[in-house]
Amino acid sequence: MSKKSFRQAINEALRQEMRRDPHVVLMGEDIAGGQGGTSGVTDAWGGVLGVTKGLYTEFGPERVLDTPISEAAYIGAAAGAAATGLRPVAELMFVDFIGSCLDQVLNQAAKFRYMFGGKARTPMVIRAMYGAGFNAAAQHSQSLYPLFTHIPGLKVVIPSSPYEAKGLLIEAIRDDDPVIFLENKVMYDDEEDVPDEAYTIPFGEANLTREGQDVTIVAIGRMVGMANEAADRLEKQGITCTVIDPRTTSPLDEQTILECVAETGRLVVVDESSPRCNMACDISALVAEQAFHTLKAPIKRVVPPHTPVPFSTPLEKLYMPSADKIEAAVKSLMKQHTHEVA
Amino acid sequence: MQIARDVLLQSYRAMRTIRVFEERLHVEFATGEIPGFVHLYCGEEASAVGVCAHLSENDTIASTHRGHGHCIAKGVDVGGMMAEIYGRQTGVCRGKGGSMHIADLSKGMLGANGIVGGGPPLICGAALSHKTLKDNGVAVAFYGDGASNEGFTLESLNLATVWKLPAVFVVEDNGYGEATGSSYACAGTQKDRAAGFGMKYLECDGTDFFSVYETAGEAIAHARSGKGPVMLHVHLSRWYGHFEGDAMTYRAAGEVAREKETRDCLNIFRDKVTQTSLLDPTALDDIDHAVDDEVESAVQAAKAAPWPEDKALMADVYVSY
Amino acid sequence: MAQTLVALTMPKFGLAMTEGKLASWTVDVGQATKQGDELADIETSKITSGYESPAAGVLRRQVAQAGETLPVGALIGVLADADATEAELDAFITKFQEEQAPQAESDTAEGPSSAPHPVEVAGYTLNVREVGSGEGLPLLLVHGFGGDIGNWLLTQDSLAKNRKVIAFDLPGHGASSKNVQDGSLAGLAKVVASLLDALGVSKAHVMGHSLGGGVALTVLRDAPEKVASLTLIAPATIGTHVNADFITGFTEAERNRAVQHELEKLVYNKALIGRKMVDAVVRARRLDGARDALRTIASACFDNDRQRDALLPVLEKTDIPVEVIWGQEDAILSADAAKTLPDKVEVHVLAESGHLPQMEKAADVNKIVEEFLEKSEK
Repeated sequence: MSKKSFRQAINEALRQEMRRDPHVVLMGEDIAGGQGGTSGVTDAWGGVLGVTKGLYTEFGPERVLDTPISEAAYIGAAAGAAATGLRPVAELMFVDFIGSCLDQVLNQAAKFRYMFGGKARTPMVIRAMYGAGFNAAAQHSQSLYPLFTHIPGLKVVIPSSPYEAKGLLIEAIRDDDPVIFLENKVMYDDEEDVPDEAYTIPFGEANLTREGQDVTIVAIGRMVGMANEAADRLEKQGITCTVIDPRTTSPLDEQTILECVAETGRLVVVDESSPRCNMACDISALVAEQAFHTLKAPIKRVVPPHTPVPFSTPLEKLYMPSADKIEAAVKSLMKQHTHEVA
Repeated sequence: MQIARDVLLQSYRAMRTIRVFEERLHVEFATGEIPGFVHLYCGEEASAVGVCAHLSENDTIASTHRGHGHCIAKGVDVGGMMAEIYGRQTGVCRGKGGSMHIADLSKGMLGANGIVGGGPPLICGAALSHKTLKDNGVAVAFYGDGASNEGFTLESLNLATVWKLPAVFVVEDNGYGEATGSSYACAGTQKDRAAGFGMKYLECDGTDFFSVYETAGEAIAHARSGKGPVMLHVHLSRWYGHFEGDAMTYRAAGEVAREKETRDCLNIFRDKVTQTSLLDPTALDDIDHAVDDEVESAVQAAKAAPWPEDKALMADVYVSY
Repeated sequence: MAQTLVALTMPKFGLAMTEGKLASWTVDVGQATKQGDELADIETSKITSGYESPAAGVLRRQVAQAGETLPVGALIGVLADADATEAELDAFITKFQEEQAPQAESDTAEGPSSAPHPVEVAGYTLNVREVGSGEGLPLLLVHGFGGDIGNWLLTQDSLAKNRKVIAFDLPGHGASSKNVQDGSLAGLAKVVASLLDALGVSKAHVMGHSLGGGVALTVLRDAPEKVASLTLIAPATIGTHVNADFITGFTEAERNRAVQHELEKLVYNKALIGRKMVDAVVRARRLDGARDALRTIASACFDNDRQRDALLPVLEKTDIPVEVIWGQEDAILSADAAKTLPDKVEVHVLAESGHLPQMEKAADVNKIVEEFLEKSEK
C-alpha cells in the first residue's frame, strides 16, 4: 500500500489486468505516441495526460495499439473485437469526442446482447476524460455521463478518488458488458493510499463517504470531494450529512439512496453535468416517486446552468458546482419550513 | 479454375436457398403477416455465396440491412432465420432482433446491421481479434455503394491498412443507395478510393458465381496470409426495392425485367455447369426441390412458433446488472 | 505563571498510522482529569481507541473539533492548571503551532526497521512486522480468521520493551499471499514454523488470537521445540462451537453497513467499531483472492457451527507455560470453553470485553502478558 495518484492508479489497474489476461488490449490516440515520428521514440506520450505511459514499453505494439485520429473506426473496432474474443480498453481521450463515434456505442456495442437474443458478449471498456475546471472550454469539458446512462446496455462508471479508480477499472475490464469509464481530468494528480494488489469494487454499490443525521448529499465523481468538504464545514456548524457516492450511474444503487433519504429526510444532489435530464433529475425523480413521504423539505439540486462550459476562469468558476454552493444548498434546506413526518 | 463438385453443389444450394427464401418473403410480406420491414437480396446471391465459400466458421463476417443472403451463405440456420423475421421465440435472436439484426456468432456471423456503414468498423475489430489471437481467421465486411460514402467506412479502410489487418471490404455495388443512384452519390471510383489508402483492390461480376469465387479467393488468401486488407468491388443488381413496399419509381421501366432476363446468377450458374458437364441438371433440380421444401417448412414452423414470453422483455440487456 | 501546560497531540497507534480522526471528546473544557483518564476517542483504520491523558490537569482547550482528521503530532488540546490564564494558553498554542508543527516520525521510539516487509516463506510471501530487541526470547503474534497485523496495533509495540515481537499476516490475509492451499490449521502451522526458521528464530513465545490460537496450538503439537510458552486469546479448538452466522456473514458481507454489523459482534463496546475500521475490512476483502481464501479456511476449520479441530489434549500434554485470556462477553467463541482448561493453565476472563480483548482491554492484556512472559523466562 502506498500513496498513488489517480493517474497511477489507472495505469496500475491497466498494467495488472494486462499481465493477468492476454486478451486485454488497449487502443486509442497517442496512448503510446511517437509511432511514425522522426525521433524513433516510442511511448512518447502515454496518452495526452500520460495515463498509459510505460504500457507500450511493457506490452508492445500488439497489445497497446495507437490509432489514427478516427474515433468511429477504433471505437467500432473495440466493439467488434470484444464480440469476437478480445477484451479491449479503448481510450476516447475527451468524452466530448463521442460525437464522432456515438453510433459505435449507441447502436452497436450497447445493443448486441439484447438484439442478438442474449447470444453476444461485448466486454469492452471506453475510458474518457470528462469535466470542467481545466479551462478546456466547451468542446473539452463536458460531463456526458447522463447521455450514456440513458442508453440501456451500457454500464457507466465515474470514480471519485484514486482508490475508487483502480478497483472500479479492474472491475470494468473483467465485466462482460460494455462499460463507459469516465475520469475527471482535474483529478489526475489527486493522491491517496491505493493497495498494490489487484482488487475490485462491485458496480451498483454506492459508497457512503460519511453518515449524518440531517441531509443526504448524493454527489458524482469529482463532486464527492466537494460534498465532503462542504459536509466538514457543516459539521462544525452542527449540521451532519450523509454523502453518497453512487460510483456507477448505471447500474444505480437506488436502494442506498432511498434508505439514506429515509434516514435524513432531506436530499441535495450534486451533479456536474448540464442540468436538463441529468443524474440530478434522475435521482430527484427516484426519490420523489418512491420516498416522497420521507421528505421533510424539497429536493435541492446543485448543478451548473444550462449553458456550454465557458472558457474564461471566472466564468468557469461561476459555472461549476462548489463546496460553497453545496454548503449553501444544505443550509437552505435546514431553514426550510419542515413538517413532521408521521 | 478447378472447383470441387461438393463446393459447386453447396454453393448452388446456398444461392438457391437465398432466392427462394427472399421470393417467399416478398409474397408473405404482402400478406401483412411479417412485422417491421425487410430488405431483399434477390439478384445478389452469387456475391454472398462466392465470398463465403472461402470462409469457415472461424472467420467472421459483418453484414448490412440487406443481410439474409449473407446469413444463409455463412451457414445460419434457415428455420431460425425465418422464425426471427416473424418475431418468434424460436428465432435465432429469440425474436428480439428481427430481419435487420440476424446474428449468429457461433457461425462467425457478427450481425446484419440496421446502420448503413455499421459493419466496417466492427470488422476492423474482428480482424484484430483474429490477428491478436493468431487463429488464422479473416474478417469480411459486406457493405453497399451507399455505405461506401459513410465516414465510418472510410475511417475503417484507413485503420485496417494502418494496422495491416486480415480484413476484406466487399463493396456490393447494386447501383442504388436507397432511391438514389450511385452515379449521383459516389464521387470518384471505389478503385481510386482503395488506391487512396494504398489498399489492394479487386473487382468482379457479382452475377457470375465463378467470377466472384475466383476473385474473392484471391482477396481472402491475400488477407489471410498477413499481407493486409483488400477491397473487393462486386458489381451486381438489386431486383426488389430498397425495402419491401418500395415501388421503385426511380428505376426505368423494364430495367429490372432486363436484369432478371440477362443477369440472373442462378441461370448463369446452371448454364455454365451443365454446358461444361461439371454438374448434371437433375442434381440441380433435386436441390431446387429440397430447397422449396426447406423454405416451406421454415415458413410453416415460423408461423406456428410461439411469440416470446413477457419475461423476455427484460432479459439479456446485460450479461450481469 | 502556571507550571503545567501540556500539549495534547494526535497519538500514533502503531507504525502505519499517519493521521487520525478525533471521533469525540469525552471530557469537557474545564473538567479535571487524572493521568490515564480517557480524554477523547481517536478513530483509525484499525479501531476507535481512547486517548489517555498524559498528565493530571484541567482540560482547558479543545483545539481540534470532533470529526476533524489531523496528522499524528498535531495539537488537539491543552491541559493546564486551573489557574493558567487565557493569555498564557493562547501564547502556548501559538508557540506550539509555530515551533512544533507535526513531526510524525521523528520522535517515536520505533526505528524504520519496524516497517512491515515481505518475507518469502515456503512459497508464500508473508507480510511481517518486527519490533524491538533485548534479552527476552522473541514473541510471535498469530492473528485470527479474517484479521491481520493490525489486530496487534495496541499489543506489539507495548510488549517489545525487552524482546523482539514479530507480527505477520497469515496466508490469505492482509498483505500476504492469498493462496492458502487446503486452509487447514496444520497447513497454516507449517507456514508459521517455516517463518520462524526464515527469521532465524529457533524458539519463541507464541501468542495466538482466535483461529490464530488454534494455529499456535498446532505449532506446539507439530513443532514443540519451537515454542517457549503459549498465550491464547479467545482461542479456537478449545470449545466445540463457533458462531457460524458470524463466520459466514463476515466472509461474505460486501457493503460497509453489513460489514459493520458483523464487526460489532466482535466487541462488547460497539462504539469501538469506527467507520475507518469498517472501511479497512471492506477494502481488504476486495483484494483478489482474499474472500476465496477466507472461504477455504472457514470450510477447512469449521463445519457449520462446529469446530473441526479439538486441541485441548495438546494443552493437557504440554509442560510449557500456557495462559489463556478470554473476554467474558465473547460472541464468537464462548468464554465458557475456558472452564474446560486444565488447572496448570493460567486463565484470565476479562469483564466487559468481547472477542478482541487485546484491543478492547489493551492495557489489561498487555500487563497480563508482560508478567506471564517474565515469569515464563525465570
